[in-house]
Amino acid sequence: MADLAARPPLLRVARSRLRLRSGRAGAVAAGLVLLVAVAGSLLAPLVWPLDQSAVALDQTRLAPSWAHLAGTDDLGRDVAHRAVYGLRVSLLVGAVAALVATVLGGVVGGIAGTLGGRVDRILMRIVDTIAAMPHLLLGIFIVAMLRPSLGAVIASVGLTHWLSTARIVRSELLSLRTRPFVDAAISGGAGRLRVLTRHLLPHVLPRLALATTLMIPHAVWHETALSFLGLGLPPHLASLGNMINDGQGSLLTGAWWASLAPGAVIVVVTLAIAVLAARWRDRLDPRIRAELHL
Amino acid sequence: MTSAQHLLADEVSVSYGRQVVLDDVTVRIGRGETVGLRGPSGCGKSTLVRVLALLHRPDQGRVSIDGTPVDAVRYAVPVALRTRVAALFQSPRAAADPRLSLTDLIAEPLRATRTPESAVRERVAELADLVGLTADLRSRRPHAVSDGQLQRACLARALVHRPDYLLCDEATAMLDASTQAHVAAVIRDYQRTQQAGVLVITHDQTLLARWSDRIVDLASTAGARS
Repeated sequence: MADLAARPPLLRVARSRLRLRSGRAGAVAAGLVLLVAVAGSLLAPLVWPLDQSAVALDQTRLAPSWAHLAGTDDLGRDVAHRAVYGLRVSLLVGAVAALVATVLGGVVGGIAGTLGGRVDRILMRIVDTIAAMPHLLLGIFIVAMLRPSLGAVIASVGLTHWLSTARIVRSELLSLRTRPFVDAAISGGAGRLRVLTRHLLPHVLPRLALATTLMIPHAVWHETALSFLGLGLPPHLASLGNMINDGQGSLLTGAWWASLAPGAVIVVVTLAIAVLAARWRDRLDPRIRAELHL
Repeated sequence: MTSAQHLLADEVSVSYGRQVVLDDVTVRIGRGETVGLRGPSGCGKSTLVRVLALLHRPDQGRVSIDGTPVDAVRYAVPVALRTRVAALFQSPRAAADPRLSLTDLIAEPLRATRTPESAVRERVAELADLVGLTADLRSRRPHAVSDGQLQRACLARALVHRPDYLLCDEATAMLDASTQAHVAAVIRDYQRTQQAGVLVITHDQTLLARWSDRIVDLASTAGARS
């Protein structure tokens, strides 16, 4: 497989997940993690409010203790507290960006796959052209044009991640269109609309939903990467990327905990989403299910 | 104008790019007759079925049903005309939407043509009995049944609109001997009772000889012209 490296990341992720057959226990654990993460980030402003710009210069670089579960950073801010707010931002960006990418990719791929011919060729060459650029670089370019804000980060991630979705939807539609069961439906008297709604979309939608779910962890990573590079949210706002970036300096002075909590949170939460998505995919697709039972 | 009772492919030619698949082929399938189609692999038998089923537009020549020429293909063919010709393909797995239960699979053409649900249920039950699908099998989806069981469901689906012409493209090739015999018997019965025209393609020479009233050799049909 010489072209493995050239594949868009999402496809690679999806492919590697094929081998990740999560059992029920794993899915339950992942579900609990995700439940805690989502509930925590939704309820945080009510139960544990944070003043984003507050500093405590008499409490800098305190090691983890009962008072500060994950220690404090260079400016005396509680790492665990800020990590909760960082996760809040990351999940929001991840979910909204994945949704933006799915809608955009679904529409472009849907048009290309349904109409085919010249429209398909033009749209897919545009996709290829954009895909030829490193998408992190393109994302940086997009945030650089806008002011650093939540919207800019969402736009940057969403606008660079719809390509693989467009390809998935298009190829799925094109291969479905020529399947004998579509011929059989036409012979049986089905019209264009019925074939589309009854035989094509039901096959594509689960894959699209799955692609979205698999994209959320990826989008979270991207938000983190942009913030880590100093291009995401303004530095005083807690985001996982900002925190890991800030923590770099502390590492040199021995305060290893400043990056640990945000790093651990992102790994655990994205893994939980990926495990759930893999389980969902296994349960959803009759073809894969049939293969698993063999 | 005489009312010709046949499905006719008249001087049909099809090529994919440079490759000529069908060259000036004429095949006539009369009502109440079973025509066997013979020819080496790759001589265009399956393409001919797709042309006759109004699924592929020939480059030249035309298809006519009972004397009425049909120039449209696929969605453009009026539904009343489309449902008069049904095709049964070699691989039932490819011809069945994997999402639908066997019952829904058989019912789909009726629902597509807005048949009342009570009539749909009645007809589906009748056909499932005819092809020998037990009640237990009917609620299963394609991945949970065998090729033979699935092909029976596809046969039931093909007959659901009571087509005047039935095209069987290697329809029994993937089946075990007893299923093969049963499917052939169902088609034979249908052909007799409905006075339907049947086209049979199979590599099994004995089956072909026993089954068909006359045999057309596709290689010689095309060769005679070139």
